[in-house]
Amino acid sequence: MKDKNFVIKLVGGVLIGFLNGFFGGGGGMLVVPLLTLFLKMPEQKAHATAIFVILPLSIASSVVYITQSPMQFNVLGFVAGGVLAGGIVGALLLKKINNTALRVAFSVIMIVAGLKLVF
Amino acid sequence: MLYVVFGVVGGILGGMGMGGGTLLIPLLTIFAGVNQQMAQGINLISFLPMAIVAIIIHNKNKLIDFKTAFPIIFTGIISTVGASFLATGTNELLLKLLFGFFLIYLGAVLFLSIFFEKKN
Repeated sequence: MKDKNFVIKLVGGVLIGFLNGFFGGGGGMLVVPLLTLFLKMPEQKAHATAIFVILPLSIASSVVYITQSPMQFNVLGFVAGGVLAGGIVGALLLKKINNTALRVAFSVIMIVAGLKLVF
Repeated sequence: MLYVVFGVVGGILGGMGMGGGTLLIPLLTIFAGVNQQMAQGINLISFLPMAIVAIIIHNKNKLIDFKTAFPIIFTGIISTVGASFLATGTNELLLKLLFGFFLIYLGAVLFLSIFFEKKN
């Protein structure tokens, strides 16, 4: 039992690391199902642990992206500022807004945006 | 400024645990004409300050399972560095196309998560 879970974590790490690095994000959304479905972790703990997992991965990727490809630091600054402000708002809103309605809305938006990029 | 607005949108979604970053990237590439690799890099870096704050708070509430996290991080870092080199070396249009598929996949995951939620 214990060994099986350990292998799941290692393999999961490879997959999540690959996708998060190759696409510059999205890994967090894959860590959560790994934790809740395969490792039976409760939802809140899964979300918190997911952020903790993605942080070092994102730091490592960031270093590669900055050194291997062009970066406009002024754009980065504006976006990062917005993200920090938005993140605080989002965390506060988390308890107040209907989660399901938002998930439907954003999953649809994401799929539409994806289709736009593909076609 | 458009960049700030897109950042806020991404941040709000991310703050709610909805993979905000992944929407930020197409917002930047489609509406602000940012290069795909640069948008991805911006997403990765922008997330860092917010993640640190969130981790401090979650840790105070004892919500982080460190023991589970470490093996995932271990293989994850190796894999993510390789993948990042691959992405930065890939043709931008190809990366955009692949990202589109990824976005569709994530949208589906988010949608299905509605039906699979377990309460604490």
